[in-house]
Amino acid sequence: MINKIVDSLSQAVGDIHDGATVMIGGFGPSGQPSELIDALIAQGAKDLTIINNNAGNGDIGLAALLKAGQVRKIICSFPRQSDSYVFDELYRAGKIELELVPQGNLAERIRAAGAGIGAFFTPTSYGTILAEGVETREINGKHYVIQYPIHADFALIRADRADRWGNLTYRKAARNFGPIMASAAKTTIVQTREIMELGELDPENIITPGIFVQRVVRVSGDQQ
Amino acid sequence: MNKLNRNQIAARVAQDIPEGAYVNLGIGLPTLVANHLPADREIFLHSENGLLGMGPAPEPGKEDPDLINAGKQPVTLLPGGAFFHHADSFAMMRGGHLDICVLGAFQVSCKGDLANWHTGEPDAIPAVGGAMDLAIGAKQVFVMMDLLTKTGQSKLVEQCTYPLTGVGCVSRVYTDLAIFDIKDGEVYASELVEGLNLEELCTLTGLDLKQKMA
Repeated sequence: MINKIVDSLSQAVGDIHDGATVMIGGFGPSGQPSELIDALIAQGAKDLTIINNNAGNGDIGLAALLKAGQVRKIICSFPRQSDSYVFDELYRAGKIELELVPQGNLAERIRAAGAGIGAFFTPTSYGTILAEGVETREINGKHYVIQYPIHADFALIRADRADRWGNLTYRKAARNFGPIMASAAKTTIVQTREIMELGELDPENIITPGIFVQRVVRVSGDQQ
Repeated sequence: MNKLNRNQIAARVAQDIPEGAYVNLGIGLPTLVANHLPADREIFLHSENGLLGMGPAPEPGKEDPDLINAGKQPVTLLPGGAFFHHADSFAMMRGGHLDICVLGAFQVSCKGDLANWHTGEPDAIPAVGGAMDLAIGAKQVFVMMDLLTKTGQSKLVEQCTYPLTGVGCVSRVYTDLAIFDIKDGEVYASELVEGLNLEELCTLTGLDLKQKMA
């Protein structure tokens, strides 16, 4: 019997190793798998490369992971926010490396990794400082820059409902990076509000099919 | 001279958004446009974090942390609205499916280059978000901004000095003093505020502007 459900958060993140590349879902706090992040902080893996849209808010979740000194590099589109003071301080002190990627390139590079695409050309960032030194090409009179996929060892994402095969649904705009990150990581670890019996999730409404998911852990109570 | 205030600029932009348009309103000043969209037009607002059919802010107490806009403020979803993941959301932007996006700007050049993401100061922490995708993706890119900086320098310029967001992407600029259409390297001014003439506008901007024919 296939059962991807694990009993505890610590079990779910147990094998994340030092130096791992870890995608973390969410757009700011929306869709952020906070409990999995807390488990990663307790687990203590360090020298991590993190992929997220942002670089943490306040003192919780991703910001707490940065504060714990476990992150060597972050790949994101929008680190600077009104409450990104943990990142700001580390960045100004030269204690964290930043790879800044336009948000659409970030999403498409993650999608490309999941879809087995070796590289793609996009007009986004052509002629800007973010494309300096990047290969360009003119296709049908339009200018493009090459972009490479972003793969990860692990993805941590938050779903609303899951079953033991790893099929997932999401809640509202918390879906954001979840489906594409699930496809781009070798090991995708999901925290879910609720676990359903096989067949209880309407197959028409499954957003991430279980083929992209390796582990599911239920987080009890209100996870907001 | 009767400068328009921010709400007046937003209301003027809203007039030009037709029934059935798919529209993205950038963070900051452009979000004001939503307050002025005519109630008798069905207009689809897109939010980069995976919403189409975005509605106004919820009543106090009805906020949902899983239902936010690009600026991470609580919003609502209108009947008929949809959720989708980030790659689909940016495919809507990058694939030319949005009719209009409205953005703020530090500078716009006569060739339609846009600078709105980075001041270029060495100690600034850079953050680009979806700005570069919006700039190149929508069928029409509108900018709304005050024409002059606080120190009186024109933000409509011959060549941008701030780092670019996109090249040749802006078609129309709505300001507190006039509207500017950018076409084939020429800038056409229209709807100058009362008490301002084209010659004075050329002096303020330092540009050789043309009057747009009605």
